[in-house]
Amino acid sequence: MASGVKPRVKVPKKAAAGETITIKTLISHKMESGQHKDGDGNVIPRSIINRFTADFNGENVIDVTLEPAISTNPYFQFEAVVPEEGEFQFTWYDDDGSVYETAKKISVS
Amino acid sequence: MRITSGLMIATILAAGSVSAQDDNTLSVEGETMISTTDAPSHMENVGTIYSGWHFRSSETQALQTDDFDNPGMIFVDQAIDEWDVVDGSAGKACASCHEDVAAFEGLRTQLPRVDDGQLVTMENLINECRTDRMGAEAWKYSGTDMTGMTALISLQSRGLPMNVAIDGDAADFWEKGKELYYTRVGQLDMACSNCHEDNYGVMIRADHLSQGQTNGFPTYRLKNDKLNSMHGRFKGCMANIRATPYKEGGDEFKALELYLASRGNGLSVESPSVRN
Repeated sequence: MASGVKPRVKVPKKAAAGETITIKTLISHKMESGQHKDGDGNVIPRSIINRFTADFNGENVIDVTLEPAISTNPYFQFEAVVPEEGEFQFTWYDDDGSVYETAKKISVS
Repeated sequence: MRITSGLMIATILAAGSVSAQDDNTLSVEGETMISTTDAPSHMENVGTIYSGWHFRSSETQALQTDDFDNPGMIFVDQAIDEWDVVDGSAGKACASCHEDVAAFEGLRTQLPRVDDGQLVTMENLINECRTDRMGAEAWKYSGTDMTGMTALISLQSRGLPMNVAIDGDAADFWEKGKELYYTRVGQLDMACSNCHEDNYGVMIRADHLSQGQTNGFPTYRLKNDKLNSMHGRFKGCMANIRATPYKEGGDEFKALELYLASRGNGLSVESPSVRN
């Protein structure tokens, strides 16, 4: 069970219809690769975020598979077109079965 | 021979002044910081003081301008959670007494300061709260809990100019700090001033020497992926000149912290800053 996991996202509050916006996301997570050993020589089990998705009004924008070599606190920056007013939903899937979610509303002017 | 080496030094210094601090403007989340200003009157050999931000690459500089990009803010987020966590025999959290951390606006600009004849740093104040009022264990001086909390409290003063007192009760400590600053130590026989006063703006191998200002501490360093305390940084400097570092939280480093803070009086608090 990973501790101290906290998702953060940055989405503009407003956009023009059809505008391409930049979205930044980060989740604080230690991303234990499963390759390390502890002081007694035992393998520390893998514990990573293995999938990240972003959806806009139910439509998928990005779906990422994360591998063990990705470092601590995975950060994604990507662009999305905003056709209408709505809500971005961000979801991170942890190896331990936890799902972390956060959402941001965006208005169209 | 003497003339030649004199010329060489002159050349090196001239070359240094070309690659010195830049004249960019530091703006964090839209708020402009005072990152360059006239040196306080007690500084005899420096006319203008510059935040360490001016000595970093443009990529590193950019990281500090946006709180989302600033990796130090992850630790600030952790400290925000920690603020409400009850710890110790008194059953209290920071929030039990202090409620909103925003009340600490301005505190960072005055630290370290003298309380009852003792020079105290923010770390001392936090640990005093933990041991005396919360009945909890003191945090390690430069541990993750501590640097996160000092970052959160310092953040409340971001943008305000540093303004530590150096007169009155503080005068003796300040003199001691000044003496440490100018005293050569270690196998390389160097004082703080040799790099940070005589040669700031010059490359020391691959690194760009700054004035050693402390207004951005605790600072997130890309080299070790964490917030670094001021005393931790002093230890690093001392190890670099092959000296035996003083103790974190000890009298020497506290006096040096006061003296260095006074050399930055007038610069905006930038905590948590981003450096290489």
